[in-house]
Amino acid sequence: MTLDELLPGQAAQIVRVNGQSPFRRRLLELGVLPGTPIQRTGQAPLGDPLTFEVRGAVLGLRRTDAAMVEVLP
Amino acid sequence: MSSPARVVVVGNPNTGKSTLFNALTGGNARVGNFPGTTVGTNRATLQRPGGPVELVDVPGTYSLAASSPDERVAIDAVLGTGRAPAPTALLVLADAPRLVRSLYLVLQLIELSVPVVLAVNLLDEAREAGIDVDLAALSADLGVPVIGTVARQAEGVLAVLAALDAVLADPSSATPGPLHPWTEAMDTDCDAVSATLPPHLAAQGAPGTPRGRAMGRWALLSADPAGRLPGEDKALPAIVVARRDALAAGRDLEAELVGTRYAWLDARRASWLGTGMPPSAGGWSERVDRVALHPVAGTAMFLLVMGLTFTALFSWADPMIGAIEGLFGWAGGWVSTGFDRWIAAAPAAAGVLVILRDLTVDGLIGGVGGVLVFLPQIALLFLFLAILEDCGYLARAAHLADRVLRTAGLPGKAFVPLLSGYACAVPAIMATRTMPRRRDRLVTMMVLPLTSCSARLPVYTLLIAALFPATIAGFVPLRPLMLAGMYVFSTLLALIAAVVIGRTVMAGRAEPSLIELPPYRVPGVRVVLRTVWARSADFVREAGGIILVATVLLWGLLYFPRYEPEQLLSGPEIAAAAAQGEDLDALIAPLALERSFGGRLGKFVEPAIQPLGYDWRIGIGLVGAFAAREVFVSTMGVVYGIGADADEESAALRDRLRAERRPDGTPRYTPLTGVSLMVFFAIALQCLSTLAVLKKEAGSWRWPAFTLVWMNALAWVAALLVYQGGRLLGLG
Repeated sequence: MTLDELLPGQAAQIVRVNGQSPFRRRLLELGVLPGTPIQRTGQAPLGDPLTFEVRGAVLGLRRTDAAMVEVLP
Repeated sequence: MSSPARVVVVGNPNTGKSTLFNALTGGNARVGNFPGTTVGTNRATLQRPGGPVELVDVPGTYSLAASSPDERVAIDAVLGTGRAPAPTALLVLADAPRLVRSLYLVLQLIELSVPVVLAVNLLDEAREAGIDVDLAALSADLGVPVIGTVARQAEGVLAVLAALDAVLADPSSATPGPLHPWTEAMDTDCDAVSATLPPHLAAQGAPGTPRGRAMGRWALLSADPAGRLPGEDKALPAIVVARRDALAAGRDLEAELVGTRYAWLDARRASWLGTGMPPSAGGWSERVDRVALHPVAGTAMFLLVMGLTFTALFSWADPMIGAIEGLFGWAGGWVSTGFDRWIAAAPAAAGVLVILRDLTVDGLIGGVGGVLVFLPQIALLFLFLAILEDCGYLARAAHLADRVLRTAGLPGKAFVPLLSGYACAVPAIMATRTMPRRRDRLVTMMVLPLTSCSARLPVYTLLIAALFPATIAGFVPLRPLMLAGMYVFSTLLALIAAVVIGRTVMAGRAEPSLIELPPYRVPGVRVVLRTVWARSADFVREAGGIILVATVLLWGLLYFPRYEPEQLLSGPEIAAAAAQGEDLDALIAPLALERSFGGRLGKFVEPAIQPLGYDWRIGIGLVGAFAAREVFVSTMGVVYGIGADADEESAALRDRLRAERRPDGTPRYTPLTGVSLMVFFAIALQCLSTLAVLKKEAGSWRWPAFTLVWMNALAWVAALLVYQGGRLLGLG
């Protein structure tokens, strides 16, 4: 499944990061790498972007962009 | 030592870098020429036992591969590829609660073979989250000095300075060399790339040396998908070849470059952080976010914060603006009196002295006052922005606004520049430097002048107060509603313009947008004040000179050619005026103005603005508005003989506007003319400073020229539709 499909509070492990650079590069550099645990914490008041916690930081990602990250719950 | 040692302070955003810099330098820093995310490139020279040390604070960055103009400033300073010389050493900040992620940048920096002192900051936040960092183990693994700090409480500051002294005395103690091997294939790629780097980058290190290989890795990671390095127009063939070959061999260069460093860090993290659970960002930040990001409460909070900001902005700025106007009015009067005494003493030179007096008082003093009068609103808005940014809410506001901005084809990061536009477009355009993508940056810059800047407010205030009743239907307060309406109108217009430009001139796919939500913190007073100072300085530096020169030019246009009373009035008229004790100068002022260069200009543009309901007098005001929009108000004061010191609160000017008639006896200024003028002012790009800063930031005259044309054409058409449409409906 992909990151945008996680439910609020659900944790998973990153399997693959797709998408194009420079966005993909920046995600990797923030430690969004295969094998890293990630958790969906919530979402913005208007339902998008979603928020994720990874390596102690909270990142806001649009649903369409979160779909670039494959995860395994 | 001939020149001071240069130490660049670098680290991820939101790690308290500015706070540590302030603590290290005791606040006696100069703000440099590169405004960044929060503050400019601050510098300060410290006198240390080993000699002077120049400390340079740069914008925060997550990596050496820049993804915004802002980050490039930081990276150029680190690599020595910008205008400044290469650093002697680096003071790197790591973020204790997010240690591994911030060490990714540290590894990149150590690879450059520049001496590194590592400060692990936010130890207090880490302790609260139950994280205990083993600094000694970290230092042993990295091979560089590591100091624990709590910059907010100045904890560890002396130890950082001592470590810097030691490293500057013995650079080899903080230059460990390669920490881990790379694959043979990667080394081959890097050598091939570094052998063909452009001269200023190749000078950094020969292929095969640690620095040369580090530059090769930097180039492979930093080049855009086409293979172009930052600031280069052409792709570097070696990068294109290396990427193609890697792809053919099933290698993922990017993942390899990033992943190898993280793998080294993850393998050792247990010895620095213990083997407990990976730390959670959680704590009270997460609890606050449950409210701040709640669909209902979060939206309400956003509207409340924005509402409070703007209410406070208007009610607090007003007394300060009054004080500045009072001060410059007093100074003008004082200088004027001095000149008058001089003129009386030397009647022979009276002609020249009068011109000199008027130039000094109305042109120069008025011009400087005209620049400074903007500062209260600009400083206050940036005060609020800095507090919101430092406490962590601004990132949430941008996160929330992302959904709305996306409809307009913009990323969430456009939020802060657009919001800044309500103070002044000049610092707002500079604030777009935090935006990663050039196309998004250009769109934001081009629509940003539509947001209702502080110079428009006096124009709206004057027109609304002069032409509209205080209440309608007996109790509805019309004037504040109209003013609020103008702000809503400008906001919607900016968003619509972004949609249209984003689908036509700057068509492009919506790019991903990524915002980090930092933990909530108590804002630091000095960091906040320094941001306000830097932003206000941006405005004075970028706009001040232009506004001053334009004000003096405008004064000249309205002042020359000079006329004697005999040229404008008949003998009997002069005699009659003298008999009734009337001031001849005041009597001829409007007549002289009509014949001045400015008056002729107003008459020249009259045919173009007549369909909008304006005459040549308003034409002069519109010409004057190019100095700064609010100059429209004082120009109208001159036009109607009330004086250049008339402001939007001037009852005389309001009465005069109401009393002004057309040749057929109907009022010149109707509510319809007022709306037409306000719509024109809301849309038109009349500000020379905005054009200059647009040119500077966009890199060519093409974009400001384009913006000037479309905005003013739209303003004309919209004002025409309002006026002629209104007349068809029988209004005004």
